[in-house]
Amino acid sequence: MTDFLVLITVSIVIAATPMLFAAVGELVAERSGVLNLGVEGMMLIGAVVGFGVTMSTGSAILGIGSAALAGAALALVFAVLVLTLMANQVATGLALTIFGIGLSALIGAGFVGMPIAGLPKLDIPVLSTLPIIGPLLFQYDAMVYLSIALTVAVGWFLKYTHAGMVLRAVGESAESAHSIGHPVIGVRYLATMFGGAMAGLGGAFLSLSVTPMWAENMTSGRGWIALALVVFGSWRPGRVLLGAYIFGGVTILQLHAQGSGSTVGLPSQVFTMLPYLATIAVLTIISAGPWRGRFQAPACLGQSFRPSV
Amino acid sequence: MTNDAAGAPPRLELRRITKRFPGVVANDGVSFSVQPGEIHALLGENGAGKSTLVKIIYGVLHADEGEVLWNGQAVTLANPHAARRIGVGMVFQHFSLFDGMSVLENIALGLEGKSDMRKLNDRIIEVSKAYGLPLDPRREIHTLSVGERQRVEIVRCLLQDPKLLIMDEPTSVLTPQEVERLFGTLRQLSAEGCSILYISHKLQEIKDLCHHATILRGGKVVGECDPATESTRGMAQMMIGAELKTLARRGARPRTATRFNVDNLSLATDQPFGINLKSIGFEVAAGEIFGIAGVAGNGQNELMRALSGELTVAQPSSIRLDGKPVGNLGVEPRRALGLCCVPEERNGHAAVPDMSLASNALISARNRMKLAVGGWIKHDATREFAERIIQEFGVKARGPESAARSLSGGNLQKYIVGREILQTPEVLVIAQPTWGVDAGAAAAIHQALFNLAQNGAGIVVVSQDLDELLTLCDRLAVLNVGSLSRAIDTADASMEEIGLLMGGLHGMSAEVPAVHGSAQNVA
Repeated sequence: MTDFLVLITVSIVIAATPMLFAAVGELVAERSGVLNLGVEGMMLIGAVVGFGVTMSTGSAILGIGSAALAGAALALVFAVLVLTLMANQVATGLALTIFGIGLSALIGAGFVGMPIAGLPKLDIPVLSTLPIIGPLLFQYDAMVYLSIALTVAVGWFLKYTHAGMVLRAVGESAESAHSIGHPVIGVRYLATMFGGAMAGLGGAFLSLSVTPMWAENMTSGRGWIALALVVFGSWRPGRVLLGAYIFGGVTILQLHAQGSGSTVGLPSQVFTMLPYLATIAVLTIISAGPWRGRFQAPACLGQSFRPSV
Repeated sequence: MTNDAAGAPPRLELRRITKRFPGVVANDGVSFSVQPGEIHALLGENGAGKSTLVKIIYGVLHADEGEVLWNGQAVTLANPHAARRIGVGMVFQHFSLFDGMSVLENIALGLEGKSDMRKLNDRIIEVSKAYGLPLDPRREIHTLSVGERQRVEIVRCLLQDPKLLIMDEPTSVLTPQEVERLFGTLRQLSAEGCSILYISHKLQEIKDLCHHATILRGGKVVGECDPATESTRGMAQMMIGAELKTLARRGARPRTATRFNVDNLSLATDQPFGINLKSIGFEVAAGEIFGIAGVAGNGQNELMRALSGELTVAQPSSIRLDGKPVGNLGVEPRRALGLCCVPEERNGHAAVPDMSLASNALISARNRMKLAVGGWIKHDATREFAERIIQEFGVKARGPESAARSLSGGNLQKYIVGREILQTPEVLVIAQPTWGVDAGAAAAIHQALFNLAQNGAGIVVVSQDLDELLTLCDRLAVLNVGSLSRAIDTADASMEEIGLLMGGLHGMSAEVPAVHGSAQNVA
């Protein structure tokens, strides 16, 4: 029984990690006032580039790095469109997702069905071999730890550093930040590209670790859940981390419920819907109740800013 | 203080500053200088180029021609950082604050370089005490009153030890007591040698505070004076460039039938930082102009929406029009009964900026003026109605087909007010009738309101501008944290009395003791 619980917990953490990467990246972009709905597209690009580079070079580190760069590059395209050319953020973000789906399928056409060795699990002497604690905490691959470390780092950055404060200020009021003399557009470029890099990492984790393979549209909506997680976490890294693991839990629950589906007597599609239903339910509750004031979005989220000359 | 005969260079000198925007010269060869410790007024109407000029001094905008001298040396102010580094501080008219962040963070963001937050926290408390500007560094901005927000801006400037402090229309949002307190701080700064560039169009304030005044009109310097000796009328005429017209005021009339009646109106807000209305009650007689004063954010938006019908109330009889309960009716049914409204925000609320003037007339007057019958638009009648508004209210526009956004603020406001008045309302509710409007248009709007009242309509004016309310209204009451004070006759109301009703000290309970000289409330 304990083994089973450990197994479930481990699978929840792994299911949550791609969403955690993407959500924390998107959180940074949104705190600077940029709403990038292209997360799904950037994750796919990260997944295919990470897979392709790892396969052709044999270096997972190179693959992961390239995935982050590819995500950031796609985010840069988005940033040029919405920050420099003042395109509408929502429409451009949606287009970016569609573009990412198509481009990743094109790049990955030759990779479908190719085998690859997954990322090596961590193997710390003593710790990893501990009963229960070992598999529970010390037997993941490096990216799982990286996702948690980056979440903590982002939280610390936003709360305790001057640069983080400027980033939040830019998202709160671009006008004010500009009139005090902070570089609004520059900050937003960097934040958007960081978001892209994180989405790329999330995608690479999918194609290198969760299921070491490439398949078209393999993110299957995780980018959208990551977007919802940012709202769920009310733009705070700690809550996003919690949210990611809850949603990872719902995903795994769904798989297991499907496995033993006959006992419940519901069609399997109902369980596949679960994570998405949970997303809708949570978003509705957050934005409707009397507590909504406490879940404030950055005031300038999604608005273009044109500095007066 | 003003004349530094020793030959030391002025703290700030502008030489022939010119700034052009597409289609308009905002500053045209502006020159003047400010001495150390001098409080220098920059006086002018909206659109005279004051804000552009100070933005150049603060490095937000760049001049096309001319030079800025600082202590006798020519300087280039590439951005606000450069301006702050030489000692220029600025308090913006529209505050440059971040609502969701703390006072401490807001101040740190406006300082050069990174700051040690703990030390900064202590310095904020220290400086705010020294200048009588109490602040709690941990509070978030959205929990502060407008006066407190301004304190944040001022303290932010003071922490940088400024040599020149620019104040852009600082009193437009303050109660009279807050204004007095601000002036105390500014005089203290001046005595310590800090120059102050004070921008305003309120003449009495300039007379009270400033050592010297430069008057701008149409982007040019049109005069200089010593405000202590120059009359306010003289300054106003320099500012406007014409003789002031005196309003044709009506004599007092006996109060007749009640036209509009608000009784025990309570409403829970639907906005995150909104204000709940608490048993509001007042009456407006035929021919009466009733004023609602108060600092912005005390429930004005909620009250306007409740009166117009954008928000309906459960108890129909809490709003009555000529005796008929209308509280549960929406905007259009209320309008059909004769209740017309002019909301505060011109662009996007009172008018659709991208639509033509004719269409903007249609959306409001379609039923009362029968411009759309059975769902079909009568284009000719609509255009005629729009033309009538343009003519009767002297709106400067190319014609009924020009887009609303192509009009200046004053002209659009005249158009919107005209649109409602020509529908011959029984009761007109109007918010901030002359906000950001030039003096000529303001006078025209005031006159139109007088005339409407003369013809027997009841008028409710919601405004933050006390001078305007005292000019227009027969009686007024003050809205404070969602409660309305008792009504007082403007004929015998003093500024102090109204200021106390406005809750000059924030954090004071909404219940202000019955007034008359209870000045101990004003610390």
